[in-house]
Amino acid sequence: MTEVSEAAPSAAVEQLIDPGYLAQLRVQMLKFAQIQLGDPYQAEDAVQEALIGALKNAGSFARKSALKTWVFSILKFKIADIFREQKKLIATSAQEEDSDEAAFSGLLFKDNGHWHKSQRPTAWEGPQGGAYSADFWRVFDACLNGLPEQQARVFMLREFIELESDEICNRLNLTTSNLHVTLYRARLRLRQCLESSWFASESAEQIAGEIGL
Amino acid sequence: MMNCKQATRICSESLERPLKTAENLELKVHLAICSGCRNFNRQMQTLRNLARDYAKESGEEGGIKDARET
Repeated sequence: MTEVSEAAPSAAVEQLIDPGYLAQLRVQMLKFAQIQLGDPYQAEDAVQEALIGALKNAGSFARKSALKTWVFSILKFKIADIFREQKKLIATSAQEEDSDEAAFSGLLFKDNGHWHKSQRPTAWEGPQGGAYSADFWRVFDACLNGLPEQQARVFMLREFIELESDEICNRLNLTTSNLHVTLYRARLRLRQCLESSWFASESAEQIAGEIGL
Repeated sequence: MMNCKQATRICSESLERPLKTAENLELKVHLAICSGCRNFNRQMQTLRNLARDYAKESGEEGGIKDARET
């Protein structure tokens, strides 16, 4: 990762130094980093370093993946580094959070703990191999943004950055059972959002329009 | 007897740790009789796959790129 490529300016470099492309990529990276780190300055640093790293190593970009995918994977490493350097204490108002969660849970489950009929999960029809449309990813993005902050952070560390449970617990000072509950809550919300906004709708485009995307 | 709230929690945890034999058995019994939780259980794996595709998708044309502009 530290070796500067001697190769002639590759297509990757040309694309990366294109101002329009770079500006757009930065915005996406910043948003991604900020959700993870929760701090705009740290996010800015991580993105800056990831882009510098990408430019330095553009010669090693193997074209196996899209350029953006490759740059994002560098960003993920940077974010993981930042977490490694500083264990982050996250102050959460536990009581407030719990009452929100109880309310959400009450929407899904009856007092006896079984699904409300209207909330019972249905079978999701759709391609499983990543062939979802741009509209789908817009809805997914909106659902993710709708998660409470701590749930989004933990979910993304676990599922995007693919950190192991132990690592997340250490970095965020969580107990294993805290982590499991938080992931459960995040998944409960995400699947409910995806089902009602996408899988259960006859016209996804129409819904996407309605929720302002 | 496990209810849906407990069963869904165990479904989520099964992505994080190996289930105990008794938990696993109780979950299986519940899933056998509850289509909602069976769907939920499948969706947990779908959600994981989706999340892992998400950053990748943002790198591809017509992906999240467009969403961020609007």
